[in-house]
Amino acid sequence: MSRDDTHADADPIVHMDKVNKHFGELHVLKDIDLAVASGEVVVVIGASGSGKSTLIRCINGLEEFQAGHIEVDGNELLPDGKSGRALQKIRTEVGMVFQQFNLFPHLSVLDNVTLAPMKVRGWSRADATETAYRLLERVGIADQADKYPSQLSGGQQQRVALARALAMEPRLMLFDEPTSALDPEMIGEVLDAMRELAREGMTMIIVTHEMGFAREVADRVVFIDRGEIVEQAAPVTLFDSPQQERTRSFLSRVLKH
Amino acid sequence: MDVTFQFDWEAAFASIPFLLKGIPYTLLISFGGLAIGFLIGILFGLLRISPVIWLRVPAIAYIEIFRGTPVLVQVLFIFYGLPQILGGPINALVAGIAAIAVNSGAYISEIVRGGVQSIERGQREASLSLGLSRVQSFRYIIWPQAFRRMIPPLGNQGIISIKDTSLFSVIGVGELVRQGQVYIATTFNALEVYLMVALLYLAITLSLSFALRLLERKGLVGQ
Repeated sequence: MSRDDTHADADPIVHMDKVNKHFGELHVLKDIDLAVASGEVVVVIGASGSGKSTLIRCINGLEEFQAGHIEVDGNELLPDGKSGRALQKIRTEVGMVFQQFNLFPHLSVLDNVTLAPMKVRGWSRADATETAYRLLERVGIADQADKYPSQLSGGQQQRVALARALAMEPRLMLFDEPTSALDPEMIGEVLDAMRELAREGMTMIIVTHEMGFAREVADRVVFIDRGEIVEQAAPVTLFDSPQQERTRSFLSRVLKH
Repeated sequence: MDVTFQFDWEAAFASIPFLLKGIPYTLLISFGGLAIGFLIGILFGLLRISPVIWLRVPAIAYIEIFRGTPVLVQVLFIFYGLPQILGGPINALVAGIAAIAVNSGAYISEIVRGGVQSIERGQREASLSLGLSRVQSFRYIIWPQAFRRMIPPLGNQGIISIKDTSLFSVIGVGELVRQGQVYIATTFNALEVYLMVALLYLAITLSLSFALRLLERKGLVGQ
């Protein structure tokens, strides 16, 4: 709780205010209010289809929303995709890691990591390459730099995806079920890399089903159900003494096995 | 009466130098038309998937019209019909190239559309999430992958268009078939000469298939 309070004092880097999203008839996000402080690690949990992925995809504009407003690092996202240039600024400052890695299969590992810094930030190839090697080193795959994504294991690919996002020196990292597509024996290596990132003070919003990881790394856990934030608290509180019946019922289902 | 027919190899070979004069025209019409058709295909293929309806509708109209009418009619229209509007004759070679261009362009538009749409959504999302603009995302991520997938259907279209040029003998352009007809008119060796004509088409199309196979193999790296 104490860490929570420190973060709460800081200016939030993400501020979602009464965000609502509809997919036709379906009300996917209902009045989402969420503030994330700089340096905070927030884990979002919930059943599949609860809207947790949609929530974080709204933050970098991969999903549009219909009402409310989102501010990311001083840039404002407007409903119905009318954000204009602010959107690109946000995407430049916000990194994302996807469930399916989404590496660029036609580019080598190195080119995957250097592309955006060179094309978006305008870095020289030399600078981008140096940064790429440093990041690949950090996630333990510098020796694979010349390979293509298809030649790597899932765990390695996801670590490349992490390095690729970090190469843009983001102020915030979004993780959309980063280990859900991995074989069990590869989950650990990806979580380790994320754990280290959290330790270094990166602001992170993580959607995951890894409850052990959430408990260990999160400053705050947000439980979302049917598009609503039902409850949010420090992991100890949320996991050990959830206040809401819906939280209890969800946790009893996922923690049983 | 003796009905056995003797295939006259000598006559067949003798026709080759004359037939070869048609090859530059066949190649020029095919590849000139295909090059322009490729540019048309990129443009209209992308317009075809534009979210803007008044860009999409003209593209659909163009594709349907030129895919849905015979290339023979198209070339007759261009060569005999358009001069009535333009007030002056059109060179047969130009008419042939134009017909291949607009015809293959319609098919290539659909190839481009299919190629671009076949790239997983995650590729675009990942590139946009890194801050790349839509244009950069297309240029560096979507197009290179789409183009690789387009090579086999483009090869098909190339072969079809090469063979389509054989119809253009009707407008008197001296391509392969026309050369064959002219030659047969004096020697009457239809069997031998048309066989040679067929073999020459086969030589062109097989060379293209082979070249595309090399290109495809080269492009397989990293896929």
